[in-house]
Amino acid sequence: MAKFSFVGGIHPYDGKDLSKDSPIEDAPCGKELVYPLSQHIGAPASPLVKKGDRVLSGQRIADAAGFVSSPIYASVSGTVKDIDKRRTVTGDMVMSIILENDGLYESVPFTKRETADNLTKEEVISIIKDAGIVGMGGAGFPTHVKLSPKEPDKIEYVIANCAECEPYLTSDYRRMLEEPEKLIGGLELIVSLFDNAHGILAVEDNKPDCIALLKKLIKDKPYLSVKPLRTKYPQGAERQLIYAATGRKINSKMLPADVGCIVNNVDTIVSIYRAVYEGRPLMERIITLTGDAVKKPQNYRVKIGTLYEDIVEYAGGFKETPEKIVCGGPMMGFAMYGLDVPTTKTSTALLAFTKDEVSASAPSPCINCGRCLEVCPGRVMPSKLADYAEHFDEEAFLQNNGMECCECGCCSFICPAKRPLTQEIKSMRKILLAKRKKG
Amino acid sequence: MEEKAVSKFKVSSNPHIRSRVNTSAIMLSVIIALLPATGYGIYNFGLRALLIILISICSTVLTEFLFGLIIKKSTIADLSAVVTGLLLGLNMPVSVPLWMPALGGVFAILVVKCLFGGLGQNFMNPALAARCFLVISFSKYMTDFDCDAYTGATPLAMLKAGENVNIYNMVIGKIPGTIGETSMIAIIIGACFLILLGVIDLKVPGSYIVAFVIFIVIFGGRGFDPAYISAQLAGGGLMLGAFFMATDYVTRPVTPMGQIVFGIFLGVMTGIFRLFGPSAEGVSYSIILGNLLVPLIERFTKPTPFGPGKGGRHE
Ligand code: SF4
Ligand code: SF4
Repeated sequence: MAKFSFVGGIHPYDGKDLSKDSPIEDAPCGKELVYPLSQHIGAPASPLVKKGDRVLSGQRIADAAGFVSSPIYASVSGTVKDIDKRRTVTGDMVMSIILENDGLYESVPFTKRETADNLTKEEVISIIKDAGIVGMGGAGFPTHVKLSPKEPDKIEYVIANCAECEPYLTSDYRRMLEEPEKLIGGLELIVSLFDNAHGILAVEDNKPDCIALLKKLIKDKPYLSVKPLRTKYPQGAERQLIYAATGRKINSKMLPADVGCIVNNVDTIVSIYRAVYEGRPLMERIITLTGDAVKKPQNYRVKIGTLYEDIVEYAGGFKETPEKIVCGGPMMGFAMYGLDVPTTKTSTALLAFTKDEVSASAPSPCINCGRCLEVCPGRVMPSKLADYAEHFDEEAFLQNNGMECCECGCCSFICPAKRPLTQEIKSMRKILLAKRKKG
Repeated sequence: MEEKAVSKFKVSSNPHIRSRVNTSAIMLSVIIALLPATGYGIYNFGLRALLIILISICSTVLTEFLFGLIIKKSTIADLSAVVTGLLLGLNMPVSVPLWMPALGGVFAILVVKCLFGGLGQNFMNPALAARCFLVISFSKYMTDFDCDAYTGATPLAMLKAGENVNIYNMVIGKIPGTIGETSMIAIIIGACFLILLGVIDLKVPGSYIVAFVIFIVIFGGRGFDPAYISAQLAGGGLMLGAFFMATDYVTRPVTPMGQIVFGIFLGVMTGIFRLFGPSAEGVSYSIILGNLLVPLIERFTKPTPFGPGKGGRHE
C-alpha cells in the first residue's frame, strides 16, 4: 500500500518558479568538450581513440571496462586533442578525453526502430548497456546492472522517480510536460523486462499539471499508474520514494530489488526510450541553470561534455558575480571550484547564488532542540552522530545507526545552531564505507 | 588525493541552504512568550516586581558577558542569558531582598551553565537550579509570599490544609506566589504562541499535566473533583514549570519517546511532592530531578532507524 509520504523531511523555499515556465532550449557547445572516463559508479571506461583521431558525433570513444562500467560517446564531431587529467565538478583531477569541436556536427547514422516487440529482454538490456546509460539523477550507477537483478520474477514495481524534490530543479518537470510519451514509452520498456511488474510514475503533488497529463496518457495502460506524493524533501530519495509509493521499507544495506522494486529517474528513462527506438546512445541531457545570480534561469538541452562556462555564456552570463556555484540541487549538490569543468551524464543542474547561506551563518553550540531528529528521514539522531563523528568514535557512531544516514542534508538545513551535521556524518560514513570495502 | 584548486567561489559540503531560524530567534520567541506572564506579574505585584526581574536579567547577562571576556568568546548575542534571567526573576516572590536576584543570576550562569561548558552543556535548567539553591540557602525569603498585595497562605497551602480556594482568582492569577507563576491564563497564552511557532510541542507539558492529574485523582483523596484538580493545576508554578522550564531544550530528553517518559516522571514526582511532601509546591524539585535522569532516559528511548528491523521483516 502506498503511504504517499514518509516521516521527517523539510519544506525549504523551492525556487522552482525561476525556471519552471520556460521551455527547454538547446544550448550550443563550445570549442572544446571534455569527457571524464569516470562519470559513473564502477570501473572507469577505457579509451578507444588516441590523440589526433577524428571522431563523429555518436561514435563510441571509450568502452566499458567490465560489467559494472559504462561506455562513453562523443557528442560532437572533431579531433581528439588529448587524453589527460582534467578537473571535474568535485575539484578532483580525472583522466578525460578532450575533443576539439570542428563545428560540423557530423554524426554516425542512427537506426530507428518502429517497435520493440520483436526484441528479447536480453537484447533490450544490451542496447541499454551499449548506449552508455547510467542513473542520471546523480548516482551514476550503470542502468543495465540495475535492470539485471538476481531474480527478475520477483520485481513487482518499476518506479519512475518523477518526484524532483530538490529545490530549484525543474528539468524533470519540463521533460514530463514536453516529452511525456518518451517517459511513458521508456517506462513501458522497463516494465516489459519483468514478467510480474507494474509501472509507477511517482510525482510530487506540487506538479498537478504533470499528474493530470500523465494520468490522461496512461488511461489505456492498466500496467502503469500515476502516484501523487506529498511535496516534501527528500521525497525523491530512493528509500523514501519506495516507501511512499509502495509502503515497503529498505535499509542502507538493501537494494530496492530486495523488496521487488526498481527505481529510475526521468532522464534515465527517456534515454532508454531514445536508445531503443531512435538508436541514439547517451549524448545529451537536460540541465537546469538557475539561482538568483543567473540572468536567464532556464532548462537547457546540453551535449554531455560541454563545459559549464559555455552554457553560462550562452545563457547571457551572470547578473551579479555569484558567491557560490553548485552542481546539482542545493540539498545534495557539490559546491564547485570553477566553471571550467565539463558536464557529465550525472549533471542535473547548475545553481549560482549571490549569497552563500552556509558561510553567512557561523556554527554555534548545539542547543539540543531536537529539530534535526524530527526532520531526519533516516530516523537517526544527527546531533549525536555528529558528536561521535567529531570525536572519531566509530563504535558509538555505528551503534547509533550512523550508516542509515542517506546524506540528504535535512539536519544541517534545519539546525538553528547552524551546525554542519551532514558534513560531519558524511565524512565519518566515508571513512567507514572505505573500511567496510577493504574488509 | 590530488591537490584542489583555489577557488574564487565559496566551497562547502552539502546542503547549501539553511533555514532562517537560528538560536537567537528561538530565544527571542521564548522571551516574547513570557511577556504576558511578566506583564501580569508586574500588574499583580507592583513595580517592585519589575525591578526584581530587571536585576535578575542584568545579573545573568553581565555574568555571561564577563565570563565571555575571560574565555574570549562572546555568547550574549544568542539571548539565552536573557531567558535565564527572566525565568529566574519570574520564579521569585516579590518580597525578596534585591541582592537575591543578583546572586541567583550569578549562580545560574556561572555555576550551572558556564562552568559546565556553556550553552547546551548544562544538565540542569540554570534558572531552576538557581531557584532551588536560593530556596535551600535562604528559605525564609524565598517561601515568604506576604507582600503589599497579599497576606496569608498560598492557595496550595490552603488546599493542603483542607480549606477551600477561589478557583476563578487562581486561573486569572489574583493570588500570592512568585512573580510570574500566578496567572494560568497569561502563561497559557504565551505557551500557545510557542506551540504555534513550533518552538515547543505538547509532548513534555502534555504528558506532565496528564500524568499529574491522573496521579492526584488516584491519590489525592478527593477522587475526580474538577475544582480540586483545577486548583492544583493553577497553583504552585505548575503551568510555568510545565510549559517554560520542563520544555527547556538543553535539559529535557531530545528523543520524542524520551520526552513523554520525562513528562510522566515529572507529573508523578510533582504529585508525590505535593501530596506527601512537607511543602505544597514541588514543581522545581521535580524538574531538577528529571533533568538529572535525562541521559538515562535518552539511552532507553533511541528512535528506530528507517527500514526493516533486524530480522529483515517489513512492518
Ligand atoms: S542524519 Fe543523514 S539522513 Fe538524517 S537528516 Fe541528516 S543527512 Fe539526512
Ligand atoms: S538541530 Fe542543531 S541545535 Fe537542534 S538538536 Fe540538532 S544539532 Fe542540536
